[in-house]
Amino acid sequence: MSGNGTTPAEGEIRIGVYVCHCGSNIAGTVDVVEVARWAGEALKDRGVVVAREYKFMCSSPGQELITDDIRDLGLNRIVVAACSPHLHESTFRGATARAGLNPYLCELVSIREQDSWVHSDRSAATTKAKAILAGGVERVRRNVPLDPIDVDINPATLVVGGGIAGIQAALEIADAGFHVYMVEREPSIGGHMAQFDKTFPTLDCAACILTPRMVTAGTHPNITLMTWSEVTRVEGYVGNFTVTVRKKARYVDADLCTGCGVCEEKCPKKVIDETYEAGLGYRKAIYTPFAQAVPRVPVIDRENCTYFEKGTCKACEKFCEKAAIRFDQQDEELTLQVGNIIMATGYDIFDAREIAQYGYGRLPNVFTSIEFERLSNSAGPTNGRIVLRDGVTEPKTVGVIHCVGSRDRNFQNYCSAICCMQSLKFAHLVKERTGATVYNFYIDMRTAAKGYDEFYQRVLEEGTLFVRGKPAEVTEAGRLPGEDGKMVIQVEDTLAGRQRRIPVDMVVLSVGLKPRSDAREVATRFGISSSSEGWAIEKHPKLDPVATMTEGVFIAGCVSGPKDIPTSVAQGAAAAARVLSRIQNKSIRLEPIKAEIHAEHCSGCRICNGLCPFNAISFDSVLAVSSVNAAMCQGCGTCVAACPAGAISGSGFSDEQVMAQIEGLLRIGMNGTAPDRRRFPVASGETTGDRTAEEVRA
Amino acid sequence: MNAAPVSPVPTEVDLQTVFEPTVIGFTCNWCSYRAADLAGTARTKYPPNVRLIRLMCSGRLDPAFVLKAFAEGADAVMITGCHPGECHYIEQNLKALRRFRLLRRTLEALGIEPQRVQLVWASAAEGVHIAAEIARVTDEVRALGPLDWPADAAADTGINLDSAWEATGGQEAELAPAEAEQAPEADR
Repeated sequence: MSGNGTTPAEGEIRIGVYVCHCGSNIAGTVDVVEVARWAGEALKDRGVVVAREYKFMCSSPGQELITDDIRDLGLNRIVVAACSPHLHESTFRGATARAGLNPYLCELVSIREQDSWVHSDRSAATTKAKAILAGGVERVRRNVPLDPIDVDINPATLVVGGGIAGIQAALEIADAGFHVYMVEREPSIGGHMAQFDKTFPTLDCAACILTPRMVTAGTHPNITLMTWSEVTRVEGYVGNFTVTVRKKARYVDADLCTGCGVCEEKCPKKVIDETYEAGLGYRKAIYTPFAQAVPRVPVIDRENCTYFEKGTCKACEKFCEKAAIRFDQQDEELTLQVGNIIMATGYDIFDAREIAQYGYGRLPNVFTSIEFERLSNSAGPTNGRIVLRDGVTEPKTVGVIHCVGSRDRNFQNYCSAICCMQSLKFAHLVKERTGATVYNFYIDMRTAAKGYDEFYQRVLEEGTLFVRGKPAEVTEAGRLPGEDGKMVIQVEDTLAGRQRRIPVDMVVLSVGLKPRSDAREVATRFGISSSSEGWAIEKHPKLDPVATMTEGVFIAGCVSGPKDIPTSVAQGAAAAARVLSRIQNKSIRLEPIKAEIHAEHCSGCRICNGLCPFNAISFDSVLAVSSVNAAMCQGCGTCVAACPAGAISGSGFSDEQVMAQIEGLLRIGMNGTAPDRRRFPVASGETTGDRTAEEVRA
Repeated sequence: MNAAPVSPVPTEVDLQTVFEPTVIGFTCNWCSYRAADLAGTARTKYPPNVRLIRLMCSGRLDPAFVLKAFAEGADAVMITGCHPGECHYIEQNLKALRRFRLLRRTLEALGIEPQRVQLVWASAAEGVHIAAEIARVTDEVRALGPLDWPADAAADTGINLDSAWEATGGQEAELAPAEAEQAPEADR
C-alpha cells in the first residue's frame, strides 16, 4: 500500500496538512498560503511532514493530493483545514481509507464556517486559522485507528400504534416477507382515521379506504396483531431489541370468538363511549369499538361490567355459543425479540375546555371537531344527521372556529396543519347535509397540498362565509335583535376592520393536535428525544424525518407533529423502507464513537451506571465492575467525563485528544505569536497530549 | 439577519499592545457546533477571539478540560450545549449544567472570576444567538483583563500551586485532581 514512498519508522507520526481555499470562500479572508507555510515550518516538530494548500480540497484532484501523499510520503495522519466536518468529514475520511489508512486517522477542522465566514479582519482570521489547524494537528496525533462496529439485525419488526401510519408501515414490511408485531393500545386498530366520516380534499369515505387496509393487516400471515396491549419495557439495541408487551385481559378467548356480536347485543349495561364516539354515543360494557373493528373480538370493560361490579349477570357468557367468555382471564406479559421499532403512536386532541371563552362543556351546542366527525359519520350516533345536542334540531347557522388551541401563545404556538382543511370539510358537509349558513372564522388559510386550495375554492363557491379574525368569545348572552335563543360569536373582522357579532345555532371548534398525554413517558421508554411540547424529534427534520437519534427506532405519522393522512401514510412507508434496508443488509455498521470501560481500572463505584440515558452501562456484580454495551452506547461521553478513576475511555473523543487539541488551539495567541502567558512549566518541550493513556493513569 | 453585536475587530498593531482575550469554546456536535456552522453559513460576524472544540455532547465536558484551557493560556472558557429538554442524548446537558455549577464555584474559590467560565445554551438553529453570546463573553473578558491566576490566587487561598505541580510530577492534566473528582458527585 505504501507504493514507492517513504515507510515511516515504527511509532513515527507523519502528518499531512491540507489547507483549502474553497475558491475565495476561505482564501478571501484567510491567507491560506501563509497558513500552509506556517504549518510546514512551525508544526514540523509536531510531525507535520507536508503542508499544502489547494483551491478545492473536496474535488477529485484535491482528494488525490491526500491519497498520493499517503502513498508516496508514508503519511499516517491527515489534517484537512476546510469546511465543517458535518459537510465533508466523510469525504476526506473516505479518501484516507482509499489510500489504505484507517479513516479515523484523518481530522477535518473548520476554517470556513468558524473562521473565514464569520470574521472580516484578514490578519486575525489567519491567526485563528493557524490556531485551529494546530489544534487539529495536536488532536490527530492522539487519534487511533477505529473500526466500525457491525451488529446483526433481527428481521422481525415492532410497530407501535395501529393508526393509518402504523398500518401502512406494517403492511409494507409484511408484504416484503418479514415478520411484524403490531401493538395497539385500543381494542381495535384504525386509530383516529376510523372515527372520521370523509377525508379532505377528495371526500373519500374514511372507512371505505381504511377498513380494507385494516382487514389486510389483521389477516396478514406476517403480521402478529396485538390489540388491547401496551409496550411496557424496551431493552437492547438496534438489531436486538427485547420488548415486553402487556396484553390486557379482554375476558374473551380470541381464538374461539367469531365476532358474531351477540354478547354486545345481550349486554344490559350501556356506557357513554368517550373514546370512539367522543362522548356522543353509547357502547355496551362488552364491546368492539365500531362495526368494522379489527380484530372483531370484543373486550369487557371491567370497570362498567355488572358481573365485575356485583358478581352476577354473565349475560354475555350465557348467550355466547362458542363459550368464549373468560371472566378469569388475566393480563399477560409477552416478550418479543425484534430488530427495529417503528413508533406510530399518533396524537391527542387539544382539550377545548381550556379555552373557557369558547364555552365548550358549558354551552351545549359548542362541539369539537372530533365530535363533529362523529355527528357527520353515517355510522355515528345520529346516523350522519348534523343536529344540535338535543339530537333532533338541525342548525340554521353554524360557525366553524379555526385554530382552537393552535397558533396561540397561551396554548400551542405551532400550527396543527390539518385544521384549515378539516374546517373547510366541515363547512362543506354542513352545507351539503343541512343547507345551513356556515361561517368559518380563520386567522390565515393554509391549504398547501395537492388539491387543497382547489377544495377551498370549491367551498368558497358553495357560499360558505369566511371571516378573517380570531373570535373573542362565544356567548349565549344575546342583546341585539336576532340574537335571541342563539349563541353569539364575537369577532373582530380584520378585513372589514370592525367588530362583529354573529348569531349561530351551532359552533364547531376546530381543535388542534397535541402530543399524547403520555408522550414523554413513552419517549423515555423507547429512548428517543422529544421537543418541549412532547413531539418526537426526528434525526434530521428535513433529511431524515422518520429516523430518530436512537439507532433502530423510527417514527411515522403524528408522533413527530401534526400531519395529514397522505403525509402519515408516506411516513409509514418511508419508515418501513428504512427498516427493510436494514433487514436486507442483515447487519448494520455503527460509528465507533463509543465509551469503553477498562475493567482493570474500574473501582465498581457505579457512578456511571445511572448517568447513561440509554441504559448501555451494566454492572457485573460478580466481578464488581461496570461495562458498556457498544451497540447501545450512543457515544455522548458523559460517563467518560464522570469516571473518578479515569477507567472509561471515549473513542474518537478521548481525554488525550481533547487535551491535545486545547494545547494546539492555544499554541499561538491573539497576536499571532506563542503566548508568554503559559501558567505552568512544560516538561522539556513535550506536551501532555502526547502522554499515553497508561502514563496518565499511572 | 445578521444582527449579532460585533466588537471592534482588533488590528495587528493593537494586538501587540492592547490586550485581546483568548476564549476556548466547547461545543456540542448536535446543537451549538451546528449553531456555529449556521452563523458561518449566514455570515454572522463575531469576534475572532473564540476557538471552538467539538465534543459529542456537553456532557462529555470533563472539568479538567476547562482547567487545562486556563493552564494553556485561555482567558475564558465557554461551555455550550443544547437547551434543557432538547439534548440529543436526552438529558446529558443537565449533567453538564451540574458540573458547570460546581466547577464555577471551585474556580471562584481559587480567585477566578465567574465571567471566565460561562455556560451558553444554543440550538442548531441559533446561529445569531451563539454569535451574540461569543461577542458578549469576549467583551466581558476583555474588560476583566488577562487571567492572572497562579501567584495571587495561591496566596489568597492558601493553596500552593507550585508544590501541587511538583507533587504531580510535572504532569499538567493531573493538576486539579480535586476538582476533577468532585464533578461526578454532582451527577449522582
